[in-house]
Amino acid sequence: MVKFSKDLLGIRELSAEQINYILDSAAVCKDIFNRDLKKVPTLRGKTIVTLFFEPSTRTRTSFEIAGKWMSADVVNLTVSSSSVQKGESFVDTAKTIEAMGVEVVIIRHSLAGTPKLLADSIKAHVINAGDGAHEHPTQALLDLFTIREHKGRIAGLKVVIVGDILHSRVAKSNIWGLTKLGARVSVVGPPTLIPSGIRELGVTVEQDLDQALQDADVVNILRIQRERQSRAYFPTLREYSRLYGLNLSRLEKAKPDLLVLHPGPANLGVEISEELSVHRQSVITEQVTNGVAVRMALLYLLTGGGNQDEILH
Amino acid sequence: MKVKAQVMNEENMRRALYRLSHEITEHNSGTEDLILVGIRTRGAPLANRLAELIKEHEGKTVPVGILDITFYRDDLSLISPQPVLHRTEIPEKISGKKVILVDDVLYTGRTVRAALDALMDLGRPAAIQLAVLIDRGHRELPIRADYVGKNVPTSKRELVQVKVKEIDQIDQVLIVETEPVNNQT
Repeated sequence: MVKFSKDLLGIRELSAEQINYILDSAAVCKDIFNRDLKKVPTLRGKTIVTLFFEPSTRTRTSFEIAGKWMSADVVNLTVSSSSVQKGESFVDTAKTIEAMGVEVVIIRHSLAGTPKLLADSIKAHVINAGDGAHEHPTQALLDLFTIREHKGRIAGLKVVIVGDILHSRVAKSNIWGLTKLGARVSVVGPPTLIPSGIRELGVTVEQDLDQALQDADVVNILRIQRERQSRAYFPTLREYSRLYGLNLSRLEKAKPDLLVLHPGPANLGVEISEELSVHRQSVITEQVTNGVAVRMALLYLLTGGGNQDEILH
Repeated sequence: MKVKAQVMNEENMRRALYRLSHEITEHNSGTEDLILVGIRTRGAPLANRLAELIKEHEGKTVPVGILDITFYRDDLSLISPQPVLHRTEIPEKISGKKVILVDDVLYTGRTVRAALDALMDLGRPAAIQLAVLIDRGHRELPIRADYVGKNVPTSKRELVQVKVKEIDQIDQVLIVETEPVNNQT
């Protein structure tokens, strides 16, 4: 029996065994997609709050659907309408939410470490839905799930992560997860967007995308965060697209079974061409489906009951 | 834990299943619209065996499915960590079918309650009937079996262990004495 701690703050804290266990459970949860009645009573009577301090459509919706399909009550707290705007401290807000009987808090924040602060201050389970440039564990889990589903394994695969590694929590969580499960990871991107210490995580830095893709099994294309473009990390989007964008001609030079992932939302024509986003080798919409399955599995695994003594007496 | 008695050996089990397979087809006047659904873990191999036996004497293949009831358990908030999830694999739609639910031991009835809920979420069967190898009594819910391999009176302190070749390399049913606290089957 694989045990989990109270919270999921990052992939870094998980063992390979725990990751595989989450992926196995997610496969079972995914079956619910194919049912006419997409609901199981597992989390009946439990309340989940999504607490998002940063905009998000898919992650929040995905958590909400995952919770609802497991029969939990899901409350979305938008920050603009909350007491945080009235000057209540972050921890006080969290404690207020907890006092209302919430079992799970799903948090996204622009500051790295916020989920940890939250987890330390409340008894409820905390799931990190993205904190600054630190981690986005559920995205990495759904990427791992998607890769495993298509390739049958993770170990031994070469995975290339392309783009803004510096600001990307998706990249970091993916690197932790992929290396723990035995994949070879390469990162490619503008030198200004490759953090200097990245090699210490056990990844290879490659300069040329075409070269990196030659023996790659999977490519994970990160979103170019246009809002950071003003900081001039690279000259123009057009140049970025030419050097690091994935398009059909690049794909044709790679292995015929190269799997294309993108966490979305995609800037079509920048990091990925439009024709490629719907290409049969691209699994972008499947990733969204798998996201719900992975989050259902996590909600199930983290909310596991009281202690063994209770049942015996 | 010490073994108190063997209530079935390989031969007994074979005969009990043989009789159950006949009772099922007799009661349903054949195999039309039947589907056997075994509850994980040991209901699954038993459902397969019943299907084989039915094939032997009726010459018809009855579809067999496996039901995992973890999502439907009523004791999840008591157990830690969460039980392992396994797939539910039912080869065809159960709506309009006569589902024969198969399990190894009928005890409190809670597993069957969960299984009924799980089945209802998958469709609207014409009927659900329950076949168990052992009925050991001590029901906590108003549930009874339609087909029983053997009634075994037990005390709550005892544990009924069904072993099947597919999983345990041996066919037998044992009554085991546990320490003061009773276990779930």
